[in-house]
Amino acid sequence: MKLALPKGRLLNDTAAMLERAGVCIDGYDSRSRSYNPKCTRFPQLRSRVFQERDIPIQVAIGNYDLGICGLDWVKELLSKYPSGDLMTVRSLGYGRCDLYAVVSGRTGVSTVGEIDDRFGRVRIVSEYPNLAESFALKQRMRRFSVLPIVGGGEVYPPESADIAIISETSAGSFADSGLVPVAKVLTSRACLIANRNGLAKSDLSELLACLQPLETGEEPDTPPPADGRTTANEMSNGRDAIRLAIPDGHLSKTASGFFDRAQIELRGYTGKGTTRRPQIGLPDVTVKVIRPQDMPLQVANGNFDLAVTGEDWLRDHLCRFPSSPAVEIAKLGFGAVRLVVVVSGDSNIRGIDDLQDMVRQGLLPRIRIASEYVNIADSYAIDHHLGRCTIIPTWGASEAFVPDDADLLIENTETGETLSRHNLKIIDTVLESTACLVGHRDMLSDPDKQTAVERTINAIKRGIK
Amino acid sequence: MKTDRCKGMRDLLPEDMAKFRRVEEVFRRCSSRWGYEEVRTPTLEYLHLFTAVGTLTPGMLGRVYSFLDWDGWSGERVVLRPEGTIPVARLYSENLSGLKTCRLSYVSNIFAFEETGKERRERWQCGVELIGPSQPSADAELVMLAAEVLNELGLGQPEIRLSHAGLIKALIAELGVDAAEQTHIFDQVLEGNIKALGEVDTGNAELKKAISFLLEVKGNSPGFIQNIKALLGDNLTRLEHALNDMTQIAECLDAAQCPYHIDVASGMGFEYYTGAMFQFHIAGKRIGGGGRYDDLISLVGGPHVPASGFALFAGQIIDLLQTGEPDMPRMLVQAGDNSVECQRSCSAIARSLREAGHIASLEHGGSDAGGYRWVITILGDNRLRLLDRPAGKESELKSADELLKALGAAE
Repeated sequence: MKLALPKGRLLNDTAAMLERAGVCIDGYDSRSRSYNPKCTRFPQLRSRVFQERDIPIQVAIGNYDLGICGLDWVKELLSKYPSGDLMTVRSLGYGRCDLYAVVSGRTGVSTVGEIDDRFGRVRIVSEYPNLAESFALKQRMRRFSVLPIVGGGEVYPPESADIAIISETSAGSFADSGLVPVAKVLTSRACLIANRNGLAKSDLSELLACLQPLETGEEPDTPPPADGRTTANEMSNGRDAIRLAIPDGHLSKTASGFFDRAQIELRGYTGKGTTRRPQIGLPDVTVKVIRPQDMPLQVANGNFDLAVTGEDWLRDHLCRFPSSPAVEIAKLGFGAVRLVVVVSGDSNIRGIDDLQDMVRQGLLPRIRIASEYVNIADSYAIDHHLGRCTIIPTWGASEAFVPDDADLLIENTETGETLSRHNLKIIDTVLESTACLVGHRDMLSDPDKQTAVERTINAIKRGIK
Repeated sequence: MKTDRCKGMRDLLPEDMAKFRRVEEVFRRCSSRWGYEEVRTPTLEYLHLFTAVGTLTPGMLGRVYSFLDWDGWSGERVVLRPEGTIPVARLYSENLSGLKTCRLSYVSNIFAFEETGKERRERWQCGVELIGPSQPSADAELVMLAAEVLNELGLGQPEIRLSHAGLIKALIAELGVDAAEQTHIFDQVLEGNIKALGEVDTGNAELKKAISFLLEVKGNSPGFIQNIKALLGDNLTRLEHALNDMTQIAECLDAAQCPYHIDVASGMGFEYYTGAMFQFHIAGKRIGGGGRYDDLISLVGGPHVPASGFALFAGQIIDLLQTGEPDMPRMLVQAGDNSVECQRSCSAIARSLREAGHIASLEHGGSDAGGYRWVITILGDNRLRLLDRPAGKESELKSADELLKALGAAE
């Protein structure tokens, strides 16, 4: 019996539900950092903690019989791959999250049809690219682009996207970000999911009987807030203003230090009163804070002129789109990581040659590679002739995948300490990466912007040690 | 390690390909006799070509093979061609829209995902599009051409079922539901669920009776349509245009002595159909279909030009055929010994046989003579032995000329 449990927003309620059901899982709480909590009542139960988004994939490919996650991530998988082995068993009642298609209040539109009529091509950003595509098809949009992002969707409209498909919980109140919902995409709650083959072959009845919905006393579905006040600090749309993207997450601390060194003032980036649209002390430059993973694609599409991201993310983008106009302008020298190929510490594999030998001998008929860098992982497997491979996309906490849920991991590491703590062994280095400044190829030769671009690049370069 | 072919894909073996070529050749011969010129559209098209309202149903769009191209960082997807007509409509509006009447034909593969993998995900179609004329006689031309292809393939007269998208849309409009619901019901009908029409609770008993009557009764003459008109009375005047259109097509087919069934419930097809729809069946199997699509070309960005077309499903048709293109007798040419001289003679003889129009294969060791009518063995000194395998007769000859004469005499 194998159960995949969620980290993050559903963790506390899921732990409460399990406790009430008498399925005590030691170490599954917000304080513990264990990926392998143990269950005393069902000693044969193997449970593992994942990012919520990884759980439907883990259950669909059969690594886990059962899983608990939000319906949003289940639908995200099923809307693209409806015929797989994944099925929803029951809603668990808690963890409500409403997914909306939102637009900027400044556009003055209130229906999806109006957006379709107004824009030649509708740009949709979402953490849920598959749901976004099926939403657009259902709405019968004539011409649209779906730009997948990892987070921060609320900051994109109107300059960097026409529609964002985001959940209300992650966005806070839409009105605070100057957004107006135009359509509800989905109401999601935590649900119990299962692998069809697991249900067909193993007796999971005792556990299934325990995992029952929580009475939440929640109100039924309410209509979305419809007030589209524009309070956010707007990004300039002027032809000559430079649109700069800077990173959130763990890179933001070192990036902040970098901007200090460059003597560029950034108000609202770190510390108190942070915002996704900080003020920058450079003329003709506007700034948004987005995920570094999302930046190369955004720069390639001309939604940003410059971005501070990692070389690892640029490489991942270029593996997917080799002729992309997103180019590296300068290495910024901070945020150094190594992108490495990792196997279990107990494995006999010492290097990539050993792995290739095993593939040639037919000892590894199908290799499971887990990575946040799916495009790098894909091209690594092809370049190294690894035969039949399954690339398992992950959204963090990837160390826990090897050896049970993946054979190989392509992961970034600063010192290698976390890897060895998880009994993992490095067998190859794919890339040594630091933070870099990325720009759009054409923008660099745009006569309207050239002066401002060069000035901005030079100002940023001052932070390089 | 054994590697299987992709789920839902089909290998066509030599025997299948012989049948496939026969279907293609008969189709090309017949359609070019009627004045159709062959075109070929690319396998990849932009997804947005197919997302225009009124071109494909959301159900069909949910099954297209769409993906990001290597330069698809804008997020716009491309698709493997999911059907044949819309790309030809694009080809026309991009390249040929100056022509008043345009007869185009194509043989192409189309791709649609199918969940179980038991049905085919790649299918081949032989299609024609008649762009320009709006008259019912143009629809009748298409029906007659399709029947001619199937007849010439030796499959006999197909069962032709006629329906009408305009008639179905007019019926749905009578139901009194909003525009979005009307489109939804029409999509269900097009995907084969004709019952969706009868399931709407209109509260109007007379309308319900008229609908179930229209869906149930079938006829095979223009008079039948007149009977329908008489029975429906004055209540359903909105249906009149579509019924008149069908009457005229029926008259044209009668004049051409082409039998048909009028069967409103047979209306499977594409959302872009606006007028007559036809299905071709042989031995109970649906092997083709088509219809009129007067708005499609303008929907994909071209001028407003009426058009209609049909496609025959090559995969289903080859399953009905007993034999492919008649094959010529095959010959195997082998050396009597390993000498260089002998090998050289082998090549020379085989070449003169091929130049004379025969199928001559060289023996490289291990050939199974079973597939050959003739086996020719080179003996040296310009001598050769000719074996007529089925007859079991052997003769010795002195030159390539003698060989060609002997083969000519035998045939």
